[in-house]
Amino acid sequence: MTSHILSVLVENRSGVLSRVSGLFSRRGFNIESLAVGTCEEKDLSRITIVVKGDDAHIEQVKKQLNKLIDVVTVRDITYQDFVERELALIKVHAEQGEARSGVIQIADLFRAKIIDVGQMSVVLEVTGDSDKIDAIENLLRDYGICELVRTGRIALQRGPKTISDR
Amino acid sequence: MTNGAQILIKALIEEGVETIFGYPGGVVLPLYDELYNAPIRHILVRHEQAAIHAADGFARASGKVGVCLATSGPGACNLVSGLATAYMDSVPVVAFTGQVPTGLLGNDAFQESDITGITLPITKHNYLVQDVADLRRIIKEAFYIAGTGRKGPVLIDLPKDILTADVEFDKPISEINLRGYRPCYEGHKRQIERAADLIAESRRPILYVGGGIISSEASGELVAFAQKTQIPITTTLMGLGCIPADNPLFLGMLGMHGTRTANYAITGADLLIAIGVRFDDRVTGKINEFAPNARIIHVDIDPAEIGKNKVVDLPIVGDARSVLAGLIEKVTGISGDEKWRDQIRAWQNEYPLISCNDGRLHPQFVIQTLSRVLNGGGIIVTEVGQNQMWAAQYYRFTRPRQWISSGGLGTMGFGFPAGMGAHIACPDEPVFVIAGDGSFQMNIQELGTVAQYNIPVKICIINNQYLGMVRQWQELFYEKRYSYTELPDVNFVGIANAYGIEGIKVTNPDNVEAAIRTALATDGPFLIDFRVEREENVFPMVPAGCAICEMMDEGLTHEEEGK
Repeated sequence: MTSHILSVLVENRSGVLSRVSGLFSRRGFNIESLAVGTCEEKDLSRITIVVKGDDAHIEQVKKQLNKLIDVVTVRDITYQDFVERELALIKVHAEQGEARSGVIQIADLFRAKIIDVGQMSVVLEVTGDSDKIDAIENLLRDYGICELVRTGRIALQRGPKTISDR
Repeated sequence: MTNGAQILIKALIEEGVETIFGYPGGVVLPLYDELYNAPIRHILVRHEQAAIHAADGFARASGKVGVCLATSGPGACNLVSGLATAYMDSVPVVAFTGQVPTGLLGNDAFQESDITGITLPITKHNYLVQDVADLRRIIKEAFYIAGTGRKGPVLIDLPKDILTADVEFDKPISEINLRGYRPCYEGHKRQIERAADLIAESRRPILYVGGGIISSEASGELVAFAQKTQIPITTTLMGLGCIPADNPLFLGMLGMHGTRTANYAITGADLLIAIGVRFDDRVTGKINEFAPNARIIHVDIDPAEIGKNKVVDLPIVGDARSVLAGLIEKVTGISGDEKWRDQIRAWQNEYPLISCNDGRLHPQFVIQTLSRVLNGGGIIVTEVGQNQMWAAQYYRFTRPRQWISSGGLGTMGFGFPAGMGAHIACPDEPVFVIAGDGSFQMNIQELGTVAQYNIPVKICIINNQYLGMVRQWQELFYEKRYSYTELPDVNFVGIANAYGIEGIKVTNPDNVEAAIRTALATDGPFLIDFRVEREENVFPMVPAGCAICEMMDEGLTHEEEGK
């Protein structure tokens, strides 16, 4: 069971996301992460779905996605050469003093940005692959994470090849 | 300027729709006002569920897209099981539903329900029209999506203000441009060649075919292919009629209530040529013991069906008809050993379907007599349960589209309204509805519709005063604890009479043929209440979860292996 990254182009219409997510729950496919947003074409959206399963299972996921009329392209880029990123915002309990300098040090090590500072807390923005975000999350846990939000993974193939190329 | 309701009527006429089945209500009043003078026939059913089943029966009998119409809220919700039925059996239907005005959407308005949300998993696609300017394009797309590729139901939800809003109708509409929907009809040439090679190599081939043959109009090609190669054919419930029952290559239906010959042949085969089928659990039984010795070629227009339930050796995505035409060209002649054909003939002789002549009225005899009287013709529409299985087993079908039954969903209450639709599609064919006393009562109110429009369906109730199939399972697997499956005696003829419909009660096998002939000779609808042996069972039977070669028969269990 490996995690597969599916890049999906869909028509940018109301209800498309519920068609896609409904399909996953109905057929018992487990979504690890899902990120949706606009893409280079104005009437399309791009969904990046990370789903765990063996190859036969993933094949069925792809085929079922392809059956949706609003789904234009489905690509499993897991075995391609690709770059991926995830962004997280983490609010950490960090009073002025030792705790705060510890948090700042960790932020530096992970090239995270501090985007908000308060009396009791700071908000970090960190970008990277999921392992990196897991790692900083673990380190910051000792200081007390107040809130954390992750975007889910997004990915592109390396080189000039795009999702629409066969 | 044209309003939405007028556009809808014009668009339906453009699509060649002559009859729709519907039920009015508050938000569709503007549409009904247009229907008042429209050159489209509207059949007023007595329950929306019957409207969708009738549209479905129309589509199955004709091959065209069936159309139904319901109001918002409860009307729309009453279409749900009919949409699921059509979706499971890949039947082209376009369902229109009323909706509260766009300004009230999401406000829990009177008779509002989120029908596009509700029907998401049971439609091929659905639309909520939010701009009247899109309406004509959406209707065009809906008919296209419903009737192409793997066919299926499409729902269009129409807010009331869309029906009354004005727009230019004459604005030319662009060609259908659905970049996410491009069904593949042509099978891959290399794959077809490979299939022909596998067929040439095989010693014990068998064809396992289903509804895909019917919906792609491929039965001519199927029979030609089978004749050329002499490969025996077994069909699913949905595939009945795609080869005439008297063709010696036809082994009968396979699966849970299939013939022993068909199930043994599947188990013994070294090559399974599966076309327009989906390896449903009622067909395969225990999936790893289904065709355990065979390489599998799977032809289907829906790529998602290939490899879904069973790993296949050679997939071909394409339309059954086009792929079969390609295969006929590539195969050289007879395929398989003479020994294999001898074995199949031996099974056929050893295991015919049983009929009982003890002077009592057996359900199988009713079907056999009907088949004889109609000479295997007419249109046979069934409900669900024992009545359906006996009809599937004992009727000698002669052509595609004469067998209409809810296969995938198994919807009780389907048959009677579907029979109405079948008659509208084929007014010159006798239409017989084979019903159980249980399932007939699920849409019995449609007696009002057939009486009003004088729709001459002939209703044959196989009346055993039980929910017979459930009772059978209780007998076999729950120690005869008949929990809530017994039904009281009902005077069905009296009910028919109350609607002005003639009927007759039959208790003796000697009167079966006369009753059927009376029904045929009657101009309008007719009801026959066959009081059959109450605890008759459907055999052979493969218990759920068993391999299909492990069949039970009356009073004994066989656990034989096909050789």
